[in-house]
Amino acid sequence: MSHFTFVAIAYGVTALTFLALVGWIVIDQRARRAEMADLEARGIRRRSAAGDQDHGK
Amino acid sequence: MISSAANYMTGLANPTRFLSLVAVAIPWMAGITGVLFAVGLTMAFQAPEDYQQGITVRIMYVHVPSAWLAMMCYTVMAVSALGTLVWRHPLADVAAKAAAPLGAAFTFLALITGSLWGKPMWGTWWAWGDARLTSVFVLFLMYLGLIALYRAMDDPARSAKVCAILILVGYVNIPIIKFSVDWWNTLHQPASVFRLDGPTIHESMLYPLLVMAVAFTMLFFTLHLLAMRNEIWRRRVASMRRQAARAAA
Repeated sequence: MSHFTFVAIAYGVTALTFLALVGWIVIDQRARRAEMADLEARGIRRRSAAGDQDHGK
Repeated sequence: MISSAANYMTGLANPTRFLSLVAVAIPWMAGITGVLFAVGLTMAFQAPEDYQQGITVRIMYVHVPSAWLAMMCYTVMAVSALGTLVWRHPLADVAAKAAAPLGAAFTFLALITGSLWGKPMWGTWWAWGDARLTSVFVLFLMYLGLIALYRAMDDPARSAKVCAILILVGYVNIPIIKFSVDWWNTLHQPASVFRLDGPTIHESMLYPLLVMAVAFTMLFFTLHLLAMRNEIWRRRVASMRRQAARAAA
């Protein structure tokens, strides 16, 4: 392998790892939002959130 | 000043307030991270090649920041562990748990890019006799162990204490990584940036390296805040489910 190939692979692996991290966080975020939306659609709310609404906050 | 900082930290103990802050901060942090990477990569590829290493010195601009972040991330986890055990800050365990996969990723990058730099320069991908390589590999295993431990325990209250103790015990590895190049004969050179007598690396390579290090750091904090938000939501969902189950019973 040429020295350029080692450099290119190093930057490629770094970019892929960052993309994987961002992808993991975005997928996790969407899953959590969907879960919360599903629970709220079934009328299940956090007690503190319900309290906020009760007090007009 | 100390009391205002303490008040600020106390205010952040409220997850709802923390989530509001994250919503405002993330677009700015993501933008700054993007600009820093654009500037850092431009500087890194305009920097001169090393007279001995040639083009392979450019691996330094991703390898060294990855290695610094691998250690910094563990330090963030250790401070969070203290926050869990000493101050019982509600977000401390969330911060530690959210940081573990990020630390594992940066450590993975430090190991892989280090191997890719080592093969053309040292003639080997890996050497178990090298204290720096081995201690960083141990750090990687510690991250994986902590991720596994967090996943193995359903109750955050229990896992928080166990993981916090393990994180603090494991912190002994960080000074070993840092000073391994001074304490033992290794393939790695001694420290060339953070030295008492100043950096020994030429400015034409030092400045791109520092800009890339700041870019990596901003990326870490941006992703960390996003991962913390996900973890807070995960705990809220679990809490709402328990609440629903109690109401149904």
